[in-house]
Amino acid sequence: MSNVRSDKPFTVAGRTFQSRLLVGTGKYTDMEQTRLAIEASGAEIVTVAVRRTNLGQNPGEPNLLDVLPPDRYTILPNTAGCYDAIEAVRTCRLARELLDGHNLVKLEVLADQKTLFPNVIETLKAAETLVRDGFDVMVYTSDDPIIARQLAEIGCCAVMPLAGLIGTGLGICNPYNLQIILEESKVPVLVDAGVGTASDATIAMELGCEAVLMNSAIAHAQHPVLMAEAMKHAILAGRMAYLAGRMPKKLYASASSPLDGLIK
Amino acid sequence: MAAPRMRIQLNGESFELPDGETVAGLLTRLDLTGRRVAVELNLDIVQRSQHVATTLTEGDQVEVVHAIGGG
Repeated sequence: MSNVRSDKPFTVAGRTFQSRLLVGTGKYTDMEQTRLAIEASGAEIVTVAVRRTNLGQNPGEPNLLDVLPPDRYTILPNTAGCYDAIEAVRTCRLARELLDGHNLVKLEVLADQKTLFPNVIETLKAAETLVRDGFDVMVYTSDDPIIARQLAEIGCCAVMPLAGLIGTGLGICNPYNLQIILEESKVPVLVDAGVGTASDATIAMELGCEAVLMNSAIAHAQHPVLMAEAMKHAILAGRMAYLAGRMPKKLYASASSPLDGLIK
Repeated sequence: MAAPRMRIQLNGESFELPDGETVAGLLTRLDLTGRRVAVELNLDIVQRSQHVATTLTEGDQVEVVHAIGGG
């Protein structure tokens, strides 16, 4: 059940993965809940944030990377909280140093604290610099197909449009834009942000996304570990349905039971 | 006589160190030796292999970062 028959692995920047669910590590109550939820999700790629070390405070406190060892998980450092290209590029360079030269990053440059909507102009600038600097850039962006195309042309290894605003759980707000992005993209498209529950993840996969990245939908569920497992199944179900090809929608009924042999 | 001291900006705060202290020495003082951190000095990365050889000077801007939970 864990394998999608005749499916190929999820490939990004030359790396291959069995799981098509990528998870964030924020908003959990503690490290143990983080660890359990991520384990239950089956995710192989996990995002982390890069922040100033609290100096002189709790020197013995567990490090996230001890709980999620980089030899077991592919760590995807993000640039969350960055509002311009310069900050985002600095953060990626620090992340690369932190992870011993690991060059896969999630670029996000935000525009506004209320919406956390991406600043696509700064995102494009940062992406150019990072690609030139040898990073493999998975880029968070709006669901604007033109920007998505430009980010792919710059050399980003994956384009990750939002399905809804970060942390809202509103689900797939504009499936039609995602469809256009998917139709023309030459790099993997992942939904990043907006997923609220399992069916949202399934819809994203049914649309043809290569994978889905989520954080709040799991961490802010009433039972995060259970929701993590639900998401694992939702991603598989959506992927299988996509590969299977759904039936066409029809306006009128079509009986499933044969009419021949009916008793009179 | 006390050794001469200098001030740097460490993670946005003023921080006092003996003159000529290295990045490695700073991390030792902060109890961060062997911890998974990354160091930036005046906007440039200081690679781990360069911590011992990199000397700090008055007014340097140093950032020490680590990974935390994020989406």
